[in-house]
Amino acid sequence: MNLNATLIAQLVVFFILVAFTMKFVWPPIVKALDERAQKVADGLAAADKAKADLAHAEKKVVEEMRKARESAGDVRTSAEKQAAALIDEARAEAGRIIAAAREAAEGEAATAAQRAKEALRDQIAILALSGAEKILRKEVDAKAHAELLANLKQELQ
Amino acid sequence: MSSTAGHAPTASEYIVHHLTQLNTSGHAQENVIDWSILNIDTLFYSVLIGAISLYFLWRAASKATSGVPGRFQAAVELLVEMVADQAKGIVHSAESRKYVAPLALTVFVWIFLMNAMDLLPVDLLPRIGEMFGIPYMRVVATADLNGALGMSIGVLLVCLYYNVKIKGVSGWVHELFTAPFGSHPLLYPVNFLMQMIEFLAKTVSHGMRLFGNMYAGELVFMLIALLGGTATVMGFVGHVIAGSIWAIFHILIITLQAFIFMMLALVYIGQAHESH
Repeated sequence: MNLNATLIAQLVVFFILVAFTMKFVWPPIVKALDERAQKVADGLAAADKAKADLAHAEKKVVEEMRKARESAGDVRTSAEKQAAALIDEARAEAGRIIAAAREAAEGEAATAAQRAKEALRDQIAILALSGAEKILRKEVDAKAHAELLANLKQELQ
Repeated sequence: MSSTAGHAPTASEYIVHHLTQLNTSGHAQENVIDWSILNIDTLFYSVLIGAISLYFLWRAASKATSGVPGRFQAAVELLVEMVADQAKGIVHSAESRKYVAPLALTVFVWIFLMNAMDLLPVDLLPRIGEMFGIPYMRVVATADLNGALGMSIGVLLVCLYYNVKIKGVSGWVHELFTAPFGSHPLLYPVNFLMQMIEFLAKTVSHGMRLFGNMYAGELVFMLIALLGGTATVMGFVGHVIAGSIWAIFHILIITLQAFIFMMLALVYIGQAHESH
C-alpha cells in the first residue's frame, strides 16, 4: 500500500470516464426513458379518454334511441289522427253527396209529379168541358163562357 | 509465481509477491510515497475495465429507443434508473444532477467491474503474465490504494467545484470559517480546522473503505489459494469449500462496496449543495 503517481493518473482516468458517460451514455438513455414514460402516460390518457368517449357514446345512443322511439310514437299518433280525419272527411263528403243526390232526385220527382198533375188537370178541364158540353147539349159560346171556363180551370188547378 | 527461481516460494514470499505492483521502477516501491513511480498494472486494468464498461453502456445508449427495450437495454436502463433515483433523493439541484448522476453511474459500474476482477482465480492473470515475462501483476485496481484514493480525490474535487459553484467563492470561504460552530472571530480557526478535517476525513475514508475491503478480500483469496497450494487432500477440499464460500460472499462485498462508493460520492456532492 504505497502511494505514487498512479493516484494522479487514476484521477485523470476517473474524470475522462465520467466525462464520457456524461456526454455519450447518460443523455440518450435518460431521453429514451423519459420518452417511454411520456408514451406510457399518453397511452394511459388515451385509454382513459377512449373509455370516457365510449361511455359518452353509449349514453348518446340511449338518448337517440329514446328520441327515435318518441318521434316514431309521434309519427304514428299523427298518422292515426290524419287517417281518422281523412275517414271523417270522406264520410262527411259521402253524406253530402248522398244528400245532394237525394235532394236532386226528390226535386226531379216533385217536378215530374207537378208536371203530371198539371197535365192531369188540363185533361180534367178538357174532360169537364166536354162533359159539360155534352150535358148542356148546346153549343157553348166559347167567347161568352170563356171567363167561366177559365175560372173553372183555375179552380181545378 | 516464484520471484526467486530454484525453490518454491514460502507462504510469505507468495503473499508478498502477489501484493507487489508492476510499476515503472521495475522493482517493488521502497518509499511509502514516491511520485516518480506509476503502477502499470493498476492503470492498465482500470483503463481497460473503464473502457469495457463504457463501451457496453455506450452500446446500450446508442441503441436506446423509447419503444419496447431488449433485455440488454432493459438491464442498463434498470441501472440508470437506480442511479437516477438515488441521485434525485440526495442531490436536490436538477441542474447539478445532469452531471452528478452520470458520475455516480460511471463510478458504480467501473468500481463494480474492477472489484469483480477479485473473483478471477488469484493466480490466473499473474501466471499468464509471468509466461510473457511480466514479473508482478495485481489485477484488482481498487485494491491498490492509488486507485481507490484517486477516485475519492476525484469526488473531492467535484465537491469543491460545487461548493464554489453553488455558494460562490466568498460564500464558501465564509462557510469555511463560520461553520459548524458559528460566526465569531475566536471561532474562525476552530471552524476552519474542523472543515479541513472534515474534507480530509471524508476523502480518506471514502477511498480507504473501498481499498481496505478489496485488499482484505484479495488477501483472503490468497490465503485460501495457499491452502490449495499445500497439495494435500485436506488442503484441496479446504480450498474448494473456503474458496467457494468466500467467492460467493465476495459477490456481495464487491457490489456493496461499489454501491457504497457511489452513494458516498452522491452524499458528499449533495452536502456541497447545502449551506450550513
